[in-house]
Amino acid sequence: MLSFIARRLGLLIPTFFGITLLTFALIRLIPGDPVEVMMGERRVDPEMHAQAMERLGLNKPLPAQYLDYVGKLAQGDLGESLRTRESVWNEFLTLFPATLELAMAALLFAGVIGLLAGVIAALKRGSLFDHGVMGISLAGYSMPIFWWGLILIMFFSVSLGWTPVSGRIDLLYDIEPKTGFMLIDTLLSDEEGAFKDALMHLILPAIVLGTIPLAVIARMTRSSMLEVLREDYIRTARAKGLSPSRVVFIHGLRNALIPVLTVFGLQVGTLLAGAVLTETIFSWPGIGKWLIEAIGARDYPVVQNGILLIACLVILVNFVVDILYGLANPRIRHQR
Amino acid sequence: MSLLQINNLNVRFGDANAVPVVDGLDLSVDAGEILAIVGESGSGKSVTMMALMGLIEAPGRITADVLDFAGTNMLKLSGRQRRKVVGKDIAMVFQDPMTALNPSYTVGYQIEEVLRQHLGLKGKAARQRALELLKKVEIPAAESRLDAYPHQLSGGMSQRVAIAMAIAGEPKLLIADEPTTALDVTIQAQIMELLVNLQKERNMALILITHDLAVVAETAKRVCVMYAGQAVEVGQVPELFDVPAHPYSEALLAAIPEHSIGAERLATLPGIVPGRYDRPQGCLLSPRCPYVQENCRRQRPPLDPQAHSLVRCFYPLNQEVA
Amino acid sequence: MTSPIPKSVTPPSVVDQSLLYPSPYKEFWQAFSRNKGAVAGLAFMCLVVFCALFAPWVAPHNPSEQYRDFLLTPPVWLEGGTWQFILGTDELGRDLLSRLIQGARLSLLIGLSSVVMSLIPGILLGLFAGFFPQILGPSIMRLMDVMLALPSLLLAVAIVAILGPGLINTVIAIAIVSLPSYVRLTRAAVMGELNRDYVTAARLAGAGLPRLMFVTVLPNCMAPLIVQATLSFSSAILDAAALGFLGLGVQPPTPEWGTMLASARDYIERAWWVVSLPGLTILLSVLAINLMGDGLRDALDPKLKNAA
Repeated sequence: MLSFIARRLGLLIPTFFGITLLTFALIRLIPGDPVEVMMGERRVDPEMHAQAMERLGLNKPLPAQYLDYVGKLAQGDLGESLRTRESVWNEFLTLFPATLELAMAALLFAGVIGLLAGVIAALKRGSLFDHGVMGISLAGYSMPIFWWGLILIMFFSVSLGWTPVSGRIDLLYDIEPKTGFMLIDTLLSDEEGAFKDALMHLILPAIVLGTIPLAVIARMTRSSMLEVLREDYIRTARAKGLSPSRVVFIHGLRNALIPVLTVFGLQVGTLLAGAVLTETIFSWPGIGKWLIEAIGARDYPVVQNGILLIACLVILVNFVVDILYGLANPRIRHQR
Repeated sequence: MSLLQINNLNVRFGDANAVPVVDGLDLSVDAGEILAIVGESGSGKSVTMMALMGLIEAPGRITADVLDFAGTNMLKLSGRQRRKVVGKDIAMVFQDPMTALNPSYTVGYQIEEVLRQHLGLKGKAARQRALELLKKVEIPAAESRLDAYPHQLSGGMSQRVAIAMAIAGEPKLLIADEPTTALDVTIQAQIMELLVNLQKERNMALILITHDLAVVAETAKRVCVMYAGQAVEVGQVPELFDVPAHPYSEALLAAIPEHSIGAERLATLPGIVPGRYDRPQGCLLSPRCPYVQENCRRQRPPLDPQAHSLVRCFYPLNQEVA
Repeated sequence: MTSPIPKSVTPPSVVDQSLLYPSPYKEFWQAFSRNKGAVAGLAFMCLVVFCALFAPWVAPHNPSEQYRDFLLTPPVWLEGGTWQFILGTDELGRDLLSRLIQGARLSLLIGLSSVVMSLIPGILLGLFAGFFPQILGPSIMRLMDVMLALPSLLLAVAIVAILGPGLINTVIAIAIVSLPSYVRLTRAAVMGELNRDYVTAARLAGAGLPRLMFVTVLPNCMAPLIVQATLSFSSAILDAAALGFLGLGVQPPTPEWGTMLASARDYIERAWWVVSLPGLTILLSVLAINLMGDGLRDALDPKLKNAA
């Protein structure tokens, strides 16, 4: 198992360097003079211009600049925001739990409902339910989620008044950010009703963000389950006199999950991209909104290294999924 | 009273007008007996056993006058009641051991599952029993195999595991559906020997579904020859081999390669089993039968007792031999 | 003795059986039309394409004309609606239907041009990656892996952040983002075909590299590429609308669907139609294309049926 992990880890290194190369190039592809673009004004005083070039390390040859960049990264120096003068890493750390909380809630929503719907659709193949699941999931897959969010807000928040329109928690509550996860922090605090309020804030964004993964997971589970149910070992399990639920969930689903898990991993990318839109709609203070605001404010260090961090995150999650895949599938684990 | 009694079993896939895959089958098995069912692919051997175990799913439909196991009507049982019998008193070993075991679970887990389900054994007791079972089916280094996954085992080893799983519930009837077809020739004899030894030792009934007549001759006491979903001849082992009464039995025996030694070509029965659309009106063998008469093409013969066996033929062979 | 000349047994009416096979186009249409969703999608897309092509004649109003007396007029079937503005007007009194029709033009243009802009380099890179598996191939693939590590919308956002917002930059960003999937698909198909005997035969016959690439191998790799092109057409429309919504795509007052949604956000409480209708148009168009894509996949490439 350890060697399996080590092998996968080895594959990550070139990808990681590729990403740094990409984010490095990103900032240098800005058309025009970088200092002028960053300062947002033309005809910068030549002395200040030279200072800025020096400070940003832009006066050295490109390979040296790249080495500088990677060297700083290796020391954990991700630069500082031009707007707030705060270090990019710290800003990321403060905002990331909000995105993580949202993403996990979305994935939970998508995973539970998607798996159930997919399994039932496979078991009742050709039924009305099956056609319904397939139809709805295709619509979900085609959904412009930024619009979906607005529609849900219009219905549940504006018309029915059930859920709040935006943010993570009502301003009435003063919650100390211990873990960064609002649900946990509200539980730890002694503010009455805060947990429920945080939960109500979370529901709509989680549904919006989970819609596309839900559609993909339901479709994938169904097709994978249909394939597995035809296998000989399912017949063996039934011949052992096991209950239908045991046959389906212990013997069927366990094997059907293997391809679904891969799709789960791929959905993390979709989820982070969706977070940009969802956080913008719901004013959710996470890294997606942070990035969009940085782009709007031409805060290039944040844009550059924010993207780097998100890419690393995606790689990391895919790595973890790979490992889980190995755990779920003994044939992979024992591969040499 | 016999352990298993089947009268007029029909299995259809589709509506009531669909051509039956098993067509009016009568069969009985006594406790502790070995019955062989032979016939070519598609003759309904496996489907019969699947029907008995309740493994036929929609659109399959089962009807029978009698389908009794140990005095219980299997058709009347609820799913829950049937699952108390299936896997415990009746167990089955399938053809391809490489796909019959779940790739995601260890050998030990899959055996212990039966022990938990039917004998209520848990934890250490179950593991201990699973280990004994693996030793029983002569798996070397049984302790280490408990934690092995199916893909780490060879075909013969997997089949031994499947057998261990089947006998875990102490069945009264073991059904082995072509248990050696997918295995290497050298392993086949070992697995057969294991099955027969287990049968003797536990005095369980064994239904052996097979193509291999040599195996039948060596092991079974009685044999049922099936053709196109019907039993065409049911008889005792040496007699049916020496003096086959049904033309199809004769043809099957003639098709054993050893019987063609010295001949220029292997003996074969021309034609194929009738399918859904070309099912003859009369005797199902009539298009292929070398002895066919006019009335064979119009009427279906019943399964009647003849000199040595039950035969479904108007003109049984070898009747003059006493 | 001469053997008698056998009389012709074949009646003249019997035709060579091979001539009776349907033409490839007919066969394709039969397989495609069996999928009812795909046909529905095709019908809807035909309508959209028609509107887009003849927008100036189909649209009842000039999409940027502001009717100051009719701000936020509801659609005709609601109280206060008028037949003059069938789907109502937006916050500046512009006719919503006309803007949606004009928007179809833009969306199709963005989709089409970004697909072409990524399909051609994607196929070229994929062919090279497939034909040169030593050094060039793996390095191309590593590069694509890096691009795939970033979620597509995020990469598009990053590219637009650098290039600046606008129609052309949106197209470029989306084209770059959809490049890796074409490269991977082409390479995989090429690798599969290269081992076939017909390629060896063409090699032995002395076919040069360009001929091998474009005439011998490429036509046999087209099926998955056509399907992928359809699917990336729909995601291009979706991504373009998302960029527009974020204010990074086509800029107002151009009537792009996503941009329209962004400016409609403030009227969510008063005028549901300015929010609902542009999004519904996006959803239906994307759904129609995805349905078509499913039908195409079933008809062209049965092997892919279980994928995704």
